[in-house]
Amino acid sequence: MAVKKGLIGFLWYCLISVILIVFLSPLLWMIISSLKTQSQNITFPPVLLFRPYFQNYINVFTQVPFFKYICNSIIVAIATTGLALVFGLPAAYSISRYHQKSLAFTALIGRIAPGISFVLPLYILFSHLKLIDTYPALISTHLIRILPLVIWIMVGFFDDLPTDLEDAARIDGCSILGSFFRVALPLTTPGIAAAAILCFIFSWNDFLFALILTGNKAKTLPVAAYSFIGYGEIDWGGLTAAATVITLPALTLALFIQKHIVKGLTFGAVKG
Amino acid sequence: MSFLIKSGGKSPIERFSSFFDRKAGIIFPLPAVTVICAVIIFPILYTIYMCFHSWYASSLTSPVWVGLENFRRLFFEDERFKNAIFLTFYFTSFAISLQLLIGLGIALVLNREFKGKGIARTLFLLPMVATPVAVALVWMFIFNPEVGVLNYLIEILNFPPQLWVSDPKTVIPSLVLVDTWEWTPLITLILLAGLANLPKAPYEAAIIDGASRFQLFKEITLPLLRPTIMAAMLIRSIDCLKTFDIIMAMTQGGPGFSSETLNIYIYNMGFFYFHIGYTSSILVVLFAVVSGVSLILIKLRRGAW
Repeated sequence: MAVKKGLIGFLWYCLISVILIVFLSPLLWMIISSLKTQSQNITFPPVLLFRPYFQNYINVFTQVPFFKYICNSIIVAIATTGLALVFGLPAAYSISRYHQKSLAFTALIGRIAPGISFVLPLYILFSHLKLIDTYPALISTHLIRILPLVIWIMVGFFDDLPTDLEDAARIDGCSILGSFFRVALPLTTPGIAAAAILCFIFSWNDFLFALILTGNKAKTLPVAAYSFIGYGEIDWGGLTAAATVITLPALTLALFIQKHIVKGLTFGAVKG
Repeated sequence: MSFLIKSGGKSPIERFSSFFDRKAGIIFPLPAVTVICAVIIFPILYTIYMCFHSWYASSLTSPVWVGLENFRRLFFEDERFKNAIFLTFYFTSFAISLQLLIGLGIALVLNREFKGKGIARTLFLLPMVATPVAVALVWMFIFNPEVGVLNYLIEILNFPPQLWVSDPKTVIPSLVLVDTWEWTPLITLILLAGLANLPKAPYEAAIIDGASRFQLFKEITLPLLRPTIMAAMLIRSIDCLKTFDIIMAMTQGGPGFSSETLNIYIYNMGFFYFHIGYTSSILVVLFAVVSGVSLILIKLRRGAW
């Protein structure tokens, strides 16, 4: 019996390992390929033992203005995150405290409607305002997705916060604004941090808005990577190195807010 | 929440503060409401306005009212639109059913206490937070008919090599494969949370009555998990219907039009031909499709209880 149980346990672990390997292999393949030379990358059977070739990474940074694109991505993601918090936190607080559900559901349109249905009218608007290929255009479209995210995540955190403390502060003469800044916000700092990281990842990963609204100046990393392909022979080492550089920050940040990732992806449809 | 309205405040700051306190429910959400109106409500109203017009994004001419002409052309004359509708539903139904099946299977495997469960859960998050375009490019390498690792692997298993995204027949299944890799973990994690919240009592009672493992799953787990499954299906359907990143990065709708879903068709119509009025009418259809499917799924979920 004990042997049988041990065997089943062992098979269970094997099954779990196989599942994990299957799901992680594309990411592992990305990292492995980024450390190979072009000739190693196109050899069969695939070379699995090799000396890491870091030249791919050096090429990525020297042959294209990759550093500029990194800066663009970071600037847009940070600005979007900051604005989303500035606009979203008071709104979420108000929705939670004054039960303004209709506002929360209106914001949800930004999550449900296809991104492209916002970007066509905004493209025309931004061309009139001469804002195509600028940070403000990109940041304001990122808010379409990210402001509803902040609102829904933070409504959850404010709902969980008992109103007793704010009531006490109010009785002691604190204004509503004061109790928001001095009581509600400090007590939901972990939630705000999680929301901020989610915002950053979502903005960082965006492709659709950046593809349509940016040219050379405000181009972000995903669009830059996309423009690598399509000309002649593809340098697979360089391409996977670029993909690794783009993906790693998102993956690393996600590790800090593991518990909130699913919430960030499913808000509005799944409770909790 | 108590509302203590201060009276007799004299200094401007106090007067502002008391004004703010009275109107907090309006002032707090005001900035967000402004942004939502500008970037969410305005574009949708503009699209609805434009779908009844003909306009080529030129500053020399203004939009011409054409009534329902755009929709008439769309539904009766546009073969590319029919193709896009078909591909959108083909891609979505294929992807969702595959992901639900695999996602549920994996959730059941992971739903027991074992050492390293936390690590497994963490690793499972990675496909869905990885930058979609970046991983789509990696998949291009994996799918490549000449140098890709996938053809090498299936040849070891004695299958004929495939063209994957370069063949009109296999392009949608290949894209479904990428989408499944990316999003099955989300379904698994949603279902795992659902499984953890299931009540223990029905199982204990059924085991005493001598129910088999399969009966437990079919008669207790599945019905109790149904709302969670529906929620996972809802969120995935909404996102699947509007898949853009991976299709755009890998095929741009090709070869030919064999992977041109509604989203990609709209992109091509809007940003290559700049036929704004006509594109707006397709946008309205896509929006209706997404909302319609969501409403049906929400109704179905409510009906379960």
